[in-house]
Amino acid sequence: MTETTSQKIPVTVLTGYLGAGKTTLLNRILSENHGKKYAVIVNEFGEIGIDNDLIVGADEEVFEMNNGCVCCTVRGDLVRIMEGLMKRKGKFDAIIVETTGLADPAPVAQTFFVDEDVQKNARLDAVVTVADAKWLADRLKDAPEAKNQIAFADVIVLNKTDLVSKPELAEVEARIRAINPYAKLHRTERCRVQLEDVLERGAFDLDRILDLEPDFLEVEDEHDHDHHHHDHDHGHDHHHHDHGHSHGLKHYHDEDMQSLSLRSDKPLDATKFMPWLQKLMASEGQKILRSKGILAFRDDDDRYVFQGVHMMLEGDHQRPWKEGEARESRVVFIGRELPEQLIRDGFAHCIAG
Amino acid sequence: MTVDREESPASIASVTERVQPLSIGAPVASVHFLGEVAVFVGAEESVALVSETGEIARIAVHGGGILCAATDSARVVTGGDDGKIVAVDAKGGVSALATDAKRRWIDNVALHAEGTVAWSAGKTAFVRGKSEIKSFDAPSTVGGLAFAPKGVRLAIAHYNGVTLWFPNMVAKPEFMEWAGSHLGVMFSADNRFLVTTMHEPALHGWRLADNKHMRMTGYPARVRSMSWSAGGKALATSGADAVILWPFASKDGPMGKEPAMLAPLPARVTAVACHPKQDILAAGYGDGTVLLVRMEDGAEILVRRNNAAPVSGLAWNGRGTRLAFAAEDGEAGLLTL
Repeated sequence: MTETTSQKIPVTVLTGYLGAGKTTLLNRILSENHGKKYAVIVNEFGEIGIDNDLIVGADEEVFEMNNGCVCCTVRGDLVRIMEGLMKRKGKFDAIIVETTGLADPAPVAQTFFVDEDVQKNARLDAVVTVADAKWLADRLKDAPEAKNQIAFADVIVLNKTDLVSKPELAEVEARIRAINPYAKLHRTERCRVQLEDVLERGAFDLDRILDLEPDFLEVEDEHDHDHHHHDHDHGHDHHHHDHGHSHGLKHYHDEDMQSLSLRSDKPLDATKFMPWLQKLMASEGQKILRSKGILAFRDDDDRYVFQGVHMMLEGDHQRPWKEGEARESRVVFIGRELPEQLIRDGFAHCIAG
Repeated sequence: MTVDREESPASIASVTERVQPLSIGAPVASVHFLGEVAVFVGAEESVALVSETGEIARIAVHGGGILCAATDSARVVTGGDDGKIVAVDAKGGVSALATDAKRRWIDNVALHAEGTVAWSAGKTAFVRGKSEIKSFDAPSTVGGLAFAPKGVRLAIAHYNGVTLWFPNMVAKPEFMEWAGSHLGVMFSADNRFLVTTMHEPALHGWRLADNKHMRMTGYPARVRSMSWSAGGKALATSGADAVILWPFASKDGPMGKEPAMLAPLPARVTAVACHPKQDILAAGYGDGTVLLVRMEDGAEILVRRNNAAPVSGLAWNGRGTRLAFAAEDGEAGLLTL
């Protein structure tokens, strides 16, 4: 997988609610002197202030697939555009797909799973969501699209932080974390962010799940139902507890979006896990927006990684486990009304006895 | 069932030594003939014209990717991501037919025997006859275009069906519905059937007399290449590890019938081209193999060996005496029978 993956062109999906600052970020990416050439798929031609012959207008057409799966949608226009861009392979290093503010990120992400030709040439690098620090909390209440965009994100650019007070900022971060504790979060003004923090993240390579939050394990051990974590980018490297906020950060439970992480240091039984995961996605995939995992199977010296969007799953052996590396499995789910006990029980059943 | 060619080299007749190899020098997306001149349309910027004696002339046509091409045997017309529609003739003469006002990508192009040109950019299909340009806005991005063999009638494939449009008449366009994304479209030469390639690995067909549906499924991959046999008795397609040949001779077309599966190999068929006069077809595969296949009994003749880039285009000259083929990496060949 590693070799073929590296030959595929990385694709960054840029989402964010209306007015959050997507175009600002895009213009910043294109104008910065990084020596890279990006093909950019946009919705509104005129908004990009940079001259680039690889800017392509898209129509954001969401097509249902005729495969009996209700949540199986793809961006039809994207399939066509990707095919056209592949004729100019070698003329650009990466692709950025901008979505409209009201877009559900699922069809875009699913396009990179379901279409054989797209999948052969490109890989989803990360979903980057630009969020407005001042208005996001309101939008999370009244706009389901805004919540989906946060739930789908691998990277969140929390923009316009200069327009809010410190407590307001803490509040909106806690709201974000209640939905998606796993995304990398960057606080910005006018989308001023290091480009390497948003582009070519390899977020979908999943290594980050294991690197994420050094206290992940302890928390998991102490509370069997703590699956909300703070962002520890800003020096909060102490352990936190689900309901003890000595450091003053708030914890929220989002009413309809949850996340769940599972872990095992005992190897999993591949003959049990894979059928279980597929069955789970087939029955609960509508509720599960995102899933990712790194797996250690019994009698297998290679790390297995997977990621999913709704019912669509993609997985492969990634690389051999390194000498001295802890062979632990970790799986995360983000979704609506997650059937937590069902998932926990099913996962426990897959641990090789 | 698959046949391993490596193990049975003696079992197949070969004409590989009669192939004139060519290096086009750039990725090739499709192959056509203008008289005796073979035209190799590149993936970007240029087309290569190859004379009967094998001389290669490279002609610049687009300032970027070439997204589509069609031929009426007098010219090859291409559409590019530079928003241009360009015609090339057998002598290498280039003429710009139109430029999209917004410089949008030209996704599809189709030619009518009487000189009318159609193209599409996004949701809009355009037709240019002798003078004016007319346009039609499809409900979604146009996946494919084809002119009916009779009259100026354009089939526009899009999401959830095909629209049949008479650009020179005021009549309301006819909409043929079928759920899913239709990416390519073709009429049979006798105007009895309309067939689309879909985003999912399937074809869909309509019998035009009564709009009866024909579902043609079972492919492991999306169908990208279709070709009618001489007289329209059968439709050969890519998309499987064998050439899938649907029977169209009877009035019901392939309804209720099984397709023939010819020339199975442990590689996917990527291009097909039926001989213009005889019941023979040429098939190109994902491993670079090119075969001639007799439709009647599936007998095969090897034209090009495997271990190369996928075959991206095949074409017969009008008389059926020469076959041109090319692979994605620009390696190509000409076979004279």
